[in-house]
Amino acid sequence: MTEFAYLIPLLQLLSFVMIIFFLRWKEKVSSGLAVTMSVAAWVMSVWVLIETICKYIGAHGAHVEPFEITYYLTVFPKINLEIGILVDALTAMMLLVVSTIGACVQIYSLGYMRGDKYFSRFFAYLSLFLFSMFGLVLANNFFMIFIFWELVGLTSYLLIGFYFEKKSASDAGKKAFITNRIGDLGFIIGLLLIGTYAGTFNYREVFDAVSGGVFPPEVLVVAAIGLFCGAIGKSAQFPLHVWLPDAMEGPTPVSALIHAATMVVAGVYLVARGMDIFVGSADAAFVVAAIGLITSFMAATIALTQNDIKRVLAYSTVSQLGYMIMALGLYGYDTANGIHSPGYYAGTFHLMTHAFFKGLLFLAAGSVIHAVHTNDIREMGGLLKKMPKTGWTFLVASASISGVPLTAGFFSKDEIVAAAAHHPVFYFFTLLIAFMTAFYMWRLCFMTFFGKPRDAEKFDHAHESPATMTGPLVFLGVLAVIGGWVGIPGMTGFSEFVFHGEPYHTHVDWVNILIASSVGLGGIYLAWLMYLKKAISADKIAQTFRPLYLMSLNKWWFDELYDIVFIRPILTLGRFLWTFDARVIDGLVNGVAWFTLFWAEMKQLFDTYVIDGAVNGSGWLVSNLGQALRYLQTGRVQFYTLFIVLMIIVLATFRMLPTGTWLLWTLTFLCAALLLGLIGRRTVTNTAHTESEKQA
Amino acid sequence: MQSYLMLAGVLFVVGIFGVITRRNTIGILMSLELMFNAANINLVTFNNFVTADGLSGQIFSIFIIVIAAAETTIGLAIVLLIYRNWKGIDSDCYGVMKW
Repeated sequence: MTEFAYLIPLLQLLSFVMIIFFLRWKEKVSSGLAVTMSVAAWVMSVWVLIETICKYIGAHGAHVEPFEITYYLTVFPKINLEIGILVDALTAMMLLVVSTIGACVQIYSLGYMRGDKYFSRFFAYLSLFLFSMFGLVLANNFFMIFIFWELVGLTSYLLIGFYFEKKSASDAGKKAFITNRIGDLGFIIGLLLIGTYAGTFNYREVFDAVSGGVFPPEVLVVAAIGLFCGAIGKSAQFPLHVWLPDAMEGPTPVSALIHAATMVVAGVYLVARGMDIFVGSADAAFVVAAIGLITSFMAATIALTQNDIKRVLAYSTVSQLGYMIMALGLYGYDTANGIHSPGYYAGTFHLMTHAFFKGLLFLAAGSVIHAVHTNDIREMGGLLKKMPKTGWTFLVASASISGVPLTAGFFSKDEIVAAAAHHPVFYFFTLLIAFMTAFYMWRLCFMTFFGKPRDAEKFDHAHESPATMTGPLVFLGVLAVIGGWVGIPGMTGFSEFVFHGEPYHTHVDWVNILIASSVGLGGIYLAWLMYLKKAISADKIAQTFRPLYLMSLNKWWFDELYDIVFIRPILTLGRFLWTFDARVIDGLVNGVAWFTLFWAEMKQLFDTYVIDGAVNGSGWLVSNLGQALRYLQTGRVQFYTLFIVLMIIVLATFRMLPTGTWLLWTLTFLCAALLLGLIGRRTVTNTAHTESEKQA
Repeated sequence: MQSYLMLAGVLFVVGIFGVITRRNTIGILMSLELMFNAANINLVTFNNFVTADGLSGQIFSIFIIVIAAAETTIGLAIVLLIYRNWKGIDSDCYGVMKW
């Protein structure tokens, strides 16, 4: 099956093309096609995963050559571009995650999006997204991953702005897209450096080049941080995290699929995939770890006070992504310093478990929102009785993310804590974040599902969602628990499957387990005290630590800060440029036009008075001269004869005069003759008058 | 030779004078004949005194006489028509060929 792994994305592309071009009008057929394709992809992914696992088992710990198909693009002979797929343990794991969440979300959407105006289009976009995501995961070189990277960005934009009639939704789409562009700029710089120095984009060739010392150290640091910039944008890390909470404007299944479980972990995947580069430059790896920690801490503090159920989950996602990034960064830093760290395995393991429980949390939240038609947890309460399946699965996922023992999150979070154990600052904050995570998640649970209903009308209206929605919830609920069992410490499992360099052999570390789980349970206990038992007043704490509370509630004022630092100056610059454009450029253009017009008018005047004047003048001259000369035509033969004779005499006479003057004389004579003619005319007219008088 | 040329000149001037002063169209035509003959005398004279072979002048003047006869015929025909139209042959009668 691994040989046909390229079919996994292509089936999704087929589904997208079919729906968007042929089946858009048939809602049932198009949604059915999309769901079938995603389920097919899930089956194939499981198959690929099993085959890959078998390969690893068969190797008995020896190095396993990943499966790779490469097709060289000969269109650009000077650049070594290729299209290909690479299937190793990381890819197989990611395929499983993406296809599982993808299939669940598509089935869930059958119920959630029912009756929507753009039902078919939604499934087409989901198919396109899955195509891009599978392509991203399967790519075997940086060039190809970048293409799919941008494609998932596009589908994310399309799906965030799915309710594009809503201004906030289309704005959120734009925000996500533009914020990602900033990160992608870094990605491109990193890619170009890699391409320039390694001469190829293929993962393995690039990594060989890195270990072979082809890259100067400072270039490697820049390239690594460049790649990480892409991850910062896509995985919503500080300081580009601002787009993810706004992205919750999209439909909830989209939030679950793209902005919780799959697309946002693309950044984590990129860091994991390019780990050789980060291992090669300890400084870059440390930057990665630090950014991860900052993001994780900041997002966790913000999530403490938010009241929108999806926003809490969004900040939780940002926080957990920071966790993974931090673990990977620490692995790179430690490995560069010769320490064998569980960070790589912890990060990728947490990526998988997080996808399961966060996808579930979002889908369950969607189910709740579907039932009560509000996002505000202050208007919910006591919903567990009304929506048992949704409620229980939500609680399971919350337990998992809080690290309650034996759930999936427990195992993966423990490993992250273990990865941070060598670094006191990281260790402290990691535990603090784990505590806060448990607290805000259970605050959410208690306010939504327990206690008395705060809004009776909405409570009465609420009902359990249809089976298409609860089915995926239950399936993911099971995965949110048993999904972590592949990585039970001390047993052969995930850590011997997905690893970088040498496999990490886990061992049971009771101290670590005790600390990590007690921190999580402590968070849950505090939430229980504050929001269910009301033993501690939440309002009082908010009053006591008012500045901190406000800072958290206002999301550390990041949006305001960006507004002042970037958006306003850019807008001002834009307005200035607009004014410049209107005044100077337009003025120039208009000035040229005005001058042309003026010049044309001048020419017209010249034409009218000078050229036409000359033409008309010559006409006038000829006509008037003719008018005068016609009087010579007296009609009397004798007069003509006399004229001829006189003319001959005159000419003959004047020819005898010195040369040059005879013409003048002739003209003088002609004028005289003209006068003579005029006189003759008068005489004739007078005669005619007298004759007519006589007749009368 | 001079006396011949003088004769021709006198004859020509008399013709011109006739053409200008006569009112009768017949008279004008007759004066024209005088001018023709003045020219003929000139031709014959020059042929006799100036050129060597001494024939082309005479032949030329014979041609002129013939053509003048034809032309006079046409002139008389025009005069007849004028008479029919204006009941008169004075040159003043038909002053219509003017502006």
